[in-house]
Amino acid sequence: MNSLETVFAGVHFKNPIVPASGTFGYGREFSELYPLSKLGGISVKGTTLHKRNGNLPPRIAETPMGCLNSVGLQNPGIDHFINEELPWLKKQDTVVIANIAGADIDEYRQVAQKLDDTDVDMIEVNISCPNVKAGGAAFGVTCEGAAAVTKAVRAVTKKPVMMKLSPNVTSIADIAKAVEAEGADAVSLINTLLGMRIDIRTRKPILHNNVGGLSGPAVFPVAVRMVWQVANAVNIPVCGMGGVSSAEDAVEIMLAGASLVQVGAAIFADPLAPVRIIEGMESYCADNGITDISEIVGAVKPY
Amino acid sequence: MKYSMKCPVIRKDPLARGIYDYLIYAPQIAEAAVCGQFVNIKAEGFFLRRPISICGIDREKGTIRLVFEVRGDGTKVISSINEGDNMDIVGPLGGKGFELSDKSKRAVIIGGGIGTPPLLPIAEHYGRNAVVITGFRSADAVILQKDYIKSGADVILCTDDGTAGRKGFVTQALSEVLEKETPDMVYACGPMPMLRGVAKMCLDKGIRTQVSLEERMGCGLGGCLVCVCRTQKNDEEVYSHVCKDGPVFEAEEVLF
Ligand SMILES: Cc1cc2nc3c(=O)[nH]c(=O)nc-3n(C[C@H](O)[C@H](O)[C@H](O)COP(=O)(O)OP(=O)(O)OC[C@H]3O[C@@H](n4cnc5c(N)ncnc54)[C@H](O)[C@@H]3O)c2cc1C
Ligand SMILES: Cc1cc2nc3c(=O)[nH]c(=O)nc-3n(C[C@H](O)[C@H](O)[C@H](O)COP(=O)(O)O)c2cc1C
Repeated sequence: MNSLETVFAGVHFKNPIVPASGTFGYGREFSELYPLSKLGGISVKGTTLHKRNGNLPPRIAETPMGCLNSVGLQNPGIDHFINEELPWLKKQDTVVIANIAGADIDEYRQVAQKLDDTDVDMIEVNISCPNVKAGGAAFGVTCEGAAAVTKAVRAVTKKPVMMKLSPNVTSIADIAKAVEAEGADAVSLINTLLGMRIDIRTRKPILHNNVGGLSGPAVFPVAVRMVWQVANAVNIPVCGMGGVSSAEDAVEIMLAGASLVQVGAAIFADPLAPVRIIEGMESYCADNGITDISEIVGAVKPY
Repeated sequence: MKYSMKCPVIRKDPLARGIYDYLIYAPQIAEAAVCGQFVNIKAEGFFLRRPISICGIDREKGTIRLVFEVRGDGTKVISSINEGDNMDIVGPLGGKGFELSDKSKRAVIIGGGIGTPPLLPIAEHYGRNAVVITGFRSADAVILQKDYIKSGADVILCTDDGTAGRKGFVTQALSEVLEKETPDMVYACGPMPMLRGVAKMCLDKGIRTQVSLEERMGCGLGGCLVCVCRTQKNDEEVYSHVCKDGPVFEAEEVLF
């Protein structure tokens, strides 16, 4: 067995590295740089019931070691994803994680239902997009809201359901417990942290949406902390993300308790980042005599 | 194909105040690139790459030419890369470049300031069948005149303050050219107000016009969807992406 092989929420991944939703489209553009079969899986762009145009530009602002974005869930709608993107994705020999969002519980239910009889391997439910109402952040910030979405999605699909949690909360562990109680198979975290930048010359915010979500290396320590807290609070597997940009970062967030890792904004700085991280982890395992990467999951030795 | 690689700088020349001309050895990128595409350059110490248009492609020598202006801290860091150093580049990027017609067709090319570099290969293509109108703030910002003259095109230089060429905006020169002839194609790159003016004048006369747009970018490839510009297709508003659907757009589709 390859030392990086991972079974997560019952799904088999050839390695634990997955490009994060919204940073990798549906993968097509990146297949011109490397075969997508190298990746553990792909979490595709967040999809809503109907097409959405998203927010006005500018939608990105650079920050020290990261960026703010306010895309606003631009996507062509679930039917387009299922009919036009999924058949191609399924041929890429990698795990396909659909990522869904909705403005209300019924939209989540309908989108999940449409995915139930497709070939997606897993459904990641975004209840944490800070940029639009349709992104579900309103649900993601209370235990009741998060539980209600989980329950609705759970009722309409047998696919593994992974709830994507918001860091913009007081206790992320409590939210994780709430979604676990409603039958979530896994949780993923963190989504972006709400932030803002202002051009001091024009006194206008850089983002047209005024505020946006912070991601990239700047958020990594926050992500490690939250993954650790959540992993200690629930018994379902945790997919960790937030600022991971090297094999060392991936190992660190796994030590905190993640058994799957998503890589997002790091792809903007280096489109080869996911592949570089996989190769680095192979060396890490070889150098440290690790034959099964699951050995390191949650293996931090806290004081 | 697209490539992410460290490419040696063969030559670096200062062109005007804060504007640099780089010749980069990148055979794979040169082979794959078309006129109007761009590359995304790593600025050491900064998170996001900086998009810069390709100003020249030499497939035989395996080189690309990049001309850029220092605008902020990122381009400043990139401008400290010297001959012999490597430039970390992703490219060629852009799903749509400039569409070049038959060389015998007539073209008018309009560049404003740092918008002039990406248009040079178009002038080289049409040669004496092109009229090139370039505009700059003042004499000390004028670039690439020798290159444009060498292309064989008829070159009109404008400066806002009249310190070089004729005084005034490129749109004034364009209206005079359009009084004398109706070209088959118009190409433009430069600041938004200039593009808006050019598009209006040319589209009113029914001349096909292509413009190269800029927007703040993330991945540069089409994966993150941040670099939107508003366009319309079949009467429906579409949020297109500069990196993937452009950077070159049909002016009639752009909602300026
Ligand atoms: C497709 C494309 C082609 C371009 N070609 C050229 C070229 O050939 N020559 C040239 O001099 N310039 C070109 N530009 C503009 C160039 O990318 C910006 O001047 C540069 O990114 C500014 O970076 P900075 O760090 O110096 O400035 P800062 O203002 O400090 O940059 C802050 C952030 O805003 C972004 N940004 C700022 N201005 C622009 C802009 N006009 N367009 C896109 N992003 C911007 C930066 O990339 C960075 O992420 C092009 C832009 C695009 C989108
Ligand atoms: C441009 C951009 C778009 C994003 N779009 C989505 C999305 O559609 N759905 C989602 O669940 N998360 C989305 N995210 C959040 C990322 O998937 C990830 O949770 C976050 O960026 C933290 O990871 P990172 O620091 O590695 O980027 C987006 C992030 C960025 C930067």
